[in-house]
Amino acid sequence: MHEYVRLDGVTRKFGDFVAVNNVSLTINQGEIFCLLGGSGCGKTTLLRMLAGFDAPTSGSIFIDDQDMAGIPAYERPANMMFQSYALFPHMTAWKNIAFGLEQEKLSRAEISERVGAILDIVKMTPYAQRKPHQLSGGQRQRIALARSLVKRPKLLLLDEPLGALDKKLREQTQFELLGIQERLGVTFIVVTHDQEEAMTLATRIGVMNRGEIVQVGTPPDIYEFPSSRFVADFIGSVNMFEGSLVEDEPDHVRIRSEELGAHVYVDHGISAAPGATVWTAIRPEKINIARERPPGEDNVVHGIVREIAYMGDMSMYLVQIDSGRMMRVTRPNIVRQSEDRISWDEAVWLSWHASSAIVLTQ
Amino acid sequence: MRSRVVSALALVTGFAFLYIPILSMVVFSFNNSRLVTVWDAQNSPTLKWYHALFSNEQILDAAWLSIKIAAMTASIAVVLGTLAGLVLARFGPFRGRTLLSGMTTAPLVMPDVITGLSMLLLFISMEQLIGWPKGRGVLTITIAHVTFAMAYVTVIVQSQLAGFDDSLEEAAMDLGARPAKVFFRITLPLILPAIASGWLLAFTLSWDDLVISQFVAGPGSSTLPMVIFSKMRLGVSPDVNALATILVFIVAMGVVGGSLWMRRLEKQRARESQLAASGL
Amino acid sequence: MSNNRHYPALSARLSSGRLGPLWALLFRIAPPRWSEYVLTHWTGKKLVIAMPWLWLLLFFLVPFLIVFKISFSEARIAMPPYAPLLEWAGNQVVAIKLNFGNYAFLLTDDLYFTSYIYSVRVAAISAFLCLLIGYPMAYAIARATPTWRSVFLLLVILPFWTSFLLRVYAWIGLLKSNGVINNVLMALGVIDAPITMMQTDFAVYIGIVYSYLPFMILPLYANLEKHDLTLVEAAADLGARPLTTFLRVTLPLSLPGIVAGVLLVFIPAVGEYVIPSLLGRADQLMIGRVLADEFFSNRDWPVASAVAIFMLILLVVPIMVFQRIQSRELEARR
Repeated sequence: MHEYVRLDGVTRKFGDFVAVNNVSLTINQGEIFCLLGGSGCGKTTLLRMLAGFDAPTSGSIFIDDQDMAGIPAYERPANMMFQSYALFPHMTAWKNIAFGLEQEKLSRAEISERVGAILDIVKMTPYAQRKPHQLSGGQRQRIALARSLVKRPKLLLLDEPLGALDKKLREQTQFELLGIQERLGVTFIVVTHDQEEAMTLATRIGVMNRGEIVQVGTPPDIYEFPSSRFVADFIGSVNMFEGSLVEDEPDHVRIRSEELGAHVYVDHGISAAPGATVWTAIRPEKINIARERPPGEDNVVHGIVREIAYMGDMSMYLVQIDSGRMMRVTRPNIVRQSEDRISWDEAVWLSWHASSAIVLTQ
Repeated sequence: MRSRVVSALALVTGFAFLYIPILSMVVFSFNNSRLVTVWDAQNSPTLKWYHALFSNEQILDAAWLSIKIAAMTASIAVVLGTLAGLVLARFGPFRGRTLLSGMTTAPLVMPDVITGLSMLLLFISMEQLIGWPKGRGVLTITIAHVTFAMAYVTVIVQSQLAGFDDSLEEAAMDLGARPAKVFFRITLPLILPAIASGWLLAFTLSWDDLVISQFVAGPGSSTLPMVIFSKMRLGVSPDVNALATILVFIVAMGVVGGSLWMRRLEKQRARESQLAASGL
Repeated sequence: MSNNRHYPALSARLSSGRLGPLWALLFRIAPPRWSEYVLTHWTGKKLVIAMPWLWLLLFFLVPFLIVFKISFSEARIAMPPYAPLLEWAGNQVVAIKLNFGNYAFLLTDDLYFTSYIYSVRVAAISAFLCLLIGYPMAYAIARATPTWRSVFLLLVILPFWTSFLLRVYAWIGLLKSNGVINNVLMALGVIDAPITMMQTDFAVYIGIVYSYLPFMILPLYANLEKHDLTLVEAAADLGARPLTTFLRVTLPLSLPGIVAGVLLVFIPAVGEYVIPSLLGRADQLMIGRVLADEFFSNRDWPVASAVAIFMLILLVVPIMVFQRIQSRELEARR
């Protein structure tokens, strides 16, 4: 894994407002790195600094071991794909794509060849002579992608690339993007607020909150081993309960939670002081729902089913547990017909495996 | 429904107010009588005032001078105004920005007499100090006209630039184009409509100006408004009606023709976008 | 010569650019420190800003300073017809003569004072009348269907492109004692003798309203067109009658447009010259005419300058308000 982009303590302030706070990051060649966060978390600012449209207040950015300080956007080895696509409305698709190559002073013949090739890759050859207003949203997106890839950049920056597409198109484009990336070997840095997009595309995700990177990891890492309540809550849904450590051993811990009204037994050790306040987070799909009480004293609660959302492939249950709190449980609908399905206002027992609960200390 | 009637009434009265004077001028330009407002039914309509107009050397010379000055003014004002508009819309804060902003807004409302007086005094002082401009004439009139016309161009260009976001310019820079290239290949083509209407506006303002020209013109450089105004002070004169009619006709043709053409372009665009969106 | 030696890298880089030969020449003949300053500080961006900025500074701002200076001078039979401020009084003494007499004159002589008041009054009334006529029109246009809207706007703009002078002239033909209006009214038997409409306040109001109407309609329309119609619908849904909705929702929202339109009419109308000259009273002059008379007829440039300065002082606040609105309008779009 060869490092390609390095951010060292990058900070960006607008007056008193800190948009990006001391971000240090390494991104490897050939990977797809997603900056994931809600609006205002600083991800777009960070992307713009990488592209060269903004300069950090302090800290350095290195692309391919070269310090980017003072280097303007038109001299950087990175290309950007804009959220609004930013296609030049007075030029045809072909000319839009050729624009970047013309700045490199290549011969007509070579430009023609490369534009033709990239149009082929994005499957837009028949639309080459159309102007942007003559293209649909998805088509425009492909041209924007072609335009940013034709210069063969080592680094491509994408700002919410799939945001403007509808669901079906989004899925299709996601896989195409992955295919293209693998084929061309470009390093991608993607900025998005859509976790599904991040989880599908990324080899690694950097979760951002209020200008800081709160966790970096692969999608499974982020999802199953979040490092903080924020990340656990941000990605997917989670049932979170506050509690305190009653047993703290190297191979297990036991947590007592009033909110839960039960003890949580986790089969691995954590680093925290006994009696410390911790939080347990349990993902909805990891919880079992049954009419009979399962064996064991820990990891079991009783509740009443208040709401059911049938979503076709799975059902989501909102269960009000005895302590008064609501818990969210999802179960795949494995059998087609089930007269025996759990229904509203039924009394149920929720349980989970000892390895399922995530323990968070922050 | 009642609001519809009220709206229609407002528009009809308003447009009647706007157009009746113009129509009366046009009608009376064909009137045989020298008494402009008494219709000489027996001998009218006649084209004799048009003949008189075209054989009036003074008016023709003045018209030609005005056109020359207006064309020069418009061309220079468009360059300076576009630069100012670009600077105000795209270049963040800089020293002297408020001043530039003020200097491009004040001319829009400044009374002509003040502008005219101040520019004449400037030209005289400059002549005393450095010997240029020598005397007053076409050059001084043009400079004066450019100064106030460019403010209008600035407003037009600035508001059009403010209207479309700069991601297009950023994209061009990202693809390797230097700022000057971005301006000429991306920004300029996109604001061309604004520049064109700015040119026309500057032309009209210059062509039509009376007060400022009176202050800064010299002997031998009488613009058309100056000639007409002195005629007007003597009373109503039918060849002026003829001139007005010709002007109205030219402007009407231009404006109507221009907007029909623009409508056609827009309709075509809309049709193409629709086709694209539906997946063809 | 020395430049190329002292700054070889800079000169090499510049000579290879577009204007290479020009820079090379400049570099050789100009003093080293100066050209270095110019070339490192006057980057492309600054040059672009400088062009319009310097033009306007020289040809728009500096003239006002000159007017100010001359307002302190005194009239002379000479060319130019005013005394210089600084005079060589002999024996190595330079005398500055600041003649406040012009301002004193303006403040004491009734003619000027009443002219100012009159001008402001006429301009204000005209602006108000213009608003009364222009607002319903702008409203009606903003509510029309898109095709009709462009037609109407065209009809509003068209007179604006024809000559201002000629349009004022048109009213002479209509308002004269033997003009069209009087002739029609007499022919219809409505009146026996012609009504005097020329050389009255009424004629000036009509002239100003007529000429400046597009300036009132356009900013009003621009504002009204942007109104979110769902606000009006929400008000109706909550039980407000059309008139209430107009007064409580539409009118307040259109206030910026109203202020812009009123200022666009009022400020230049105060200094109007053409309209009062052709249509206005002979016994009470507007200040624009006073200034022109002082200048052309009396050849008293210093007094004319003082009149101009006073006019500027009068108008500086409205101009600044207008400038604030304009820049806010343009900033808001970003």
